[in-house]
Amino acid sequence: MLALLRRDLVLAVRAGGGFGLAVAFFLIISALVPFGVGPGVAALRPIAAGILWLGALLSCLLSLDRIFALDHEDGSLDLLATAPVPLEGAVAVKALAHWITTGLPLVAASPLFGILLHLPGQAMPWLIISLLIGTPALSMLGAFGAAITMGLRRGGLLLSLLVLPLYIPTLIFGTEIVRRGADGGDPGTPILFLAGITLAVLALVPFAAAAALRINLR
Amino acid sequence: MNLLSVHDLAVSRGGLRAVEGVSFTLAAGRALILRGPNGIGKTTLLRTIAGLQPAVGGRIDLAEDAVAYAAHADGLKGQLSVAENLRFWARVFGGGGTRDALEAMNLKALAERPAAALSAGQKRRLGLARLLVTGRPLWVLDEPTVSLDSASVERFGAVIRAHLATGGAALMASHTDLGLNEARELDLTPFRARPGSPRRPASFNEAFA
Repeated sequence: MLALLRRDLVLAVRAGGGFGLAVAFFLIISALVPFGVGPGVAALRPIAAGILWLGALLSCLLSLDRIFALDHEDGSLDLLATAPVPLEGAVAVKALAHWITTGLPLVAASPLFGILLHLPGQAMPWLIISLLIGTPALSMLGAFGAAITMGLRRGGLLLSLLVLPLYIPTLIFGTEIVRRGADGGDPGTPILFLAGITLAVLALVPFAAAAALRINLR
Repeated sequence: MNLLSVHDLAVSRGGLRAVEGVSFTLAAGRALILRGPNGIGKTTLLRTIAGLQPAVGGRIDLAEDAVAYAAHADGLKGQLSVAENLRFWARVFGGGGTRDALEAMNLKALAERPAAALSAGQKRRLGLARLLVTGRPLWVLDEPTVSLDSASVERFGAVIRAHLATGGAALMASHTDLGLNEARELDLTPFRARPGSPRRPASFNEAFA
């Protein structure tokens, strides 16, 4: 399993792996919004939390279809399915690799983009915390969608349609944490909800994704 | 000792039965070559035995984690070097002997080259070298000699013979002659499933098979 994680990370960093693409997309969204709604504090501050979370979510979506499609094309997935590694474990590892190459850079870059959107300083820690708790669920749910649409050509759009509704609870509680943090309220309850969603997703989705993979491999 | 025994096996592709009633056993040290025209279900049969799809009927008896499967796609990553590709599969399967495997398939000189820069035949050789690092006894090979030149075919024949000599077994579908005179052959043509006349009532689950 460690070998698989290491291979996926190496592949992401080497040429054509798409590492950093998500952050670049996140930057573009954050930089364009002030042009769209106006650069004033009054216009940006109320929507900053929502835009930041939405941007992170869409950036995450960008690279989802690669989780299994590439391995399916070159036959690696067939070989992985016959390997001593359980397919559920392989799914979890590949989702983890996706999170490390996509989610983690988003978390790290988010305070910078928060400044672009006039997010109040006291909300910054909560933005980081909410993304840190929430983005693993995005990667794992995305792995499930990628497993279902693996064999399809141009499955990217279908993948988005399948996955985006599943992202809604994470989005709601994630933005709620940041909003309460910005208003000086108590973000404890939404944090617990968000953590609960993420834990449930991490515990259950690998099995669903592995089942989808097995059907697609037939 | 039988590494693999197949009893009255029926397999389906895309919901249609391909071959049915196939029975054979494969003992350690033996090789079996499946023959038959295109589309009869050789690949489907091999995928079923490798555990990639469920059988429609019959029984497959083999030890857990015994199969090393090699098909048309070699499972190589173009951005990784030849040695890195091989080391990855060695780690996943918990095997070793990457250096010997490179030597056996004559890839030593190419070890540091990215796999994307290999020719089709060289990729194939790397895909077959992977079998050696899995450390698994039963090789299930689907057209292993595609795009290999005659020298490489001969070399691979020797690799298989060495594998058989150490107690392994090989089940393969192939149209070419590997020079394995001791291998048995099984022609699948008589086992072609007759459309519309399943030999036993189709079960409910078949709709999802």
